[in-house]
Amino acid sequence: MAAYLEQLVNGLVLGSIIGLIALGYTMVYGVIQLINFAHGEVFMVGAYASLACYLWILPPDLAGTWYIALPAMILFGSLVAALLAIAMERFAYRPLRGAPRLAPLITALGVSVFLQEVVRLFFPDAKQAKPYPTPFIEGGITVHLGDGQFTIAYIRILLVVVAIGLAALLQLYISRSRMGRAMRAIANDPDTARLMGINPDRIIVWTFVIGAVLAGVAGVFYGGYQNTINTDMGFQNGIFAFTAAVLGGIGSIRGAVVGAMIIGVVKTIAGQLPFLGGTQYDYVWIFVVLIFMLVFRPQGFFGETERVRA
Amino acid sequence: MSAPVLCASEVSMVFGGLVALDSVSLELHSGQIVGLIGPNGAGKTTFFNCLTGLYVPTKGRVELSGSVLPKDPAKVTVAGIARTFQNIRLFPSMTALENVLVGRHIRTKQGPLSTLLHGPSFRHGERAARSRAQELLAFVGLSTVHDELARNLPYGDQRRLEIARALATEPTVLLLDEPTAGMNPQETEATRQLIFAIRDTGVSVVVIEHDTKFIFSLCDRVSVLVQGRLLVQGSPEEVRGDPRVIEAYLGKPPEEVAEIVEEAENE
Repeated sequence: MAAYLEQLVNGLVLGSIIGLIALGYTMVYGVIQLINFAHGEVFMVGAYASLACYLWILPPDLAGTWYIALPAMILFGSLVAALLAIAMERFAYRPLRGAPRLAPLITALGVSVFLQEVVRLFFPDAKQAKPYPTPFIEGGITVHLGDGQFTIAYIRILLVVVAIGLAALLQLYISRSRMGRAMRAIANDPDTARLMGINPDRIIVWTFVIGAVLAGVAGVFYGGYQNTINTDMGFQNGIFAFTAAVLGGIGSIRGAVVGAMIIGVVKTIAGQLPFLGGTQYDYVWIFVVLIFMLVFRPQGFFGETERVRA
Repeated sequence: MSAPVLCASEVSMVFGGLVALDSVSLELHSGQIVGLIGPNGAGKTTFFNCLTGLYVPTKGRVELSGSVLPKDPAKVTVAGIARTFQNIRLFPSMTALENVLVGRHIRTKQGPLSTLLHGPSFRHGERAARSRAQELLAFVGLSTVHDELARNLPYGDQRRLEIARALATEPTVLLLDEPTAGMNPQETEATRQLIFAIRDTGVSVVVIEHDTKFIFSLCDRVSVLVQGRLLVQGSPEEVRGDPRVIEAYLGKPPEEVAEIVEEAENE
């Protein structure tokens, strides 16, 4: 029993990381209907940037103090991720706005490969997985259940709290603030939004930046939880995050978080059940869930069925 | 008379080989309501698009309070021209209040950071924007539907919501594209009163309509567009009596038609 509970917790932790990434997918899609397949790479670059911050920017005597190291790494990782997203939007996607949807989609795949290779070739020793520090207090809470017991590391608890907190903040931001309304106006009808005096370029860049900052945060926590990072992490987790966004209903904030939690839990629980094939098959079950969702509720949990504008 | 608020001089718009507008001029003075009528396809909406920066005229120029209009529709709105649409273009999945708040966007300032910090300037600005939006909804007679999604509103309410949203941008000139299309006589009369009320707040108005009775009872001056050209321009009385207008709308008068038929039969 304890083993299942442990896997459930692990699932929520994994879901939190995927959820932070999925928010970026869902935001950009919600506003400009672009599936930004390079978003996983923004997450990866954020993780490498935060590692660079730890290795070369933080003075060694401060790097061990978590309440300095963790915020510094998150800040730096998110900053680099945000700058990357701004450049990506400006040079790869903006020139293609108004082009058929396939064009920016293929561009996104190109950007994704490009970024992976740049990091792999130019970050020192990035051809192998890089060890990543645990930028938080070691240890955790030990849970006793019947005759079993397991430990939940503090960093994992912090991660879940941060992920859910940020998602809630984002939901509030989009529904209640001036910028959030402008985003929704552009999502509804970009031409009319422009006629209301809203500059779509500014709002769209800001949408990318928000997604990138969340991906940067996810990058730091992912490193702290896996203890290593590699240049494939963006692709792999990007696919999970995209799946999460689709499960929850792409364009929906709540949906992205719920979808990610489901994916996290399905993966860890399926890995624990021998008759589902164990860890060898855990990825399979994620996509089985996706296929069922697409068959029975293609718009996802919270997605609206697409309406064609009159 | 003082200088016009809005002055379009010899505006032409050519799409490929099609001349949609052929040197159309229009002057709008402060506090005036000007009507723009004409048969379908006369170029009325095209003219509005030239006035709002959606189209850049092939020839001619548009000036607002003496300065040439910017080329970006977003900047035209900031400069002070707002409009509604012939086919309603609200933000369907936002509430009535939110639609008006989007109109407030350019007149409010809170950036991303002050929103995140949720400081006093943010709360104050947001509260002011909301109360202004509520006033505007009340002004157009929609005070009971704040939280209704725009797409769920009845047709007439959607038209009035568009007007409220346009007014939220604090325009000096308001362009209304068929504001009474699809309305019953009571709603039409309410809209007429609303346009007078808008005029009385100091906003100058240009109205496109098919309903000539509505236009003649509303406007200070009326321009008639036919096939991209300005046919007649003048006071409602002058325009109403002009035989060319009657011909454009109804065809030739019966006596003349009878004559033509007779001539044809004699040949």
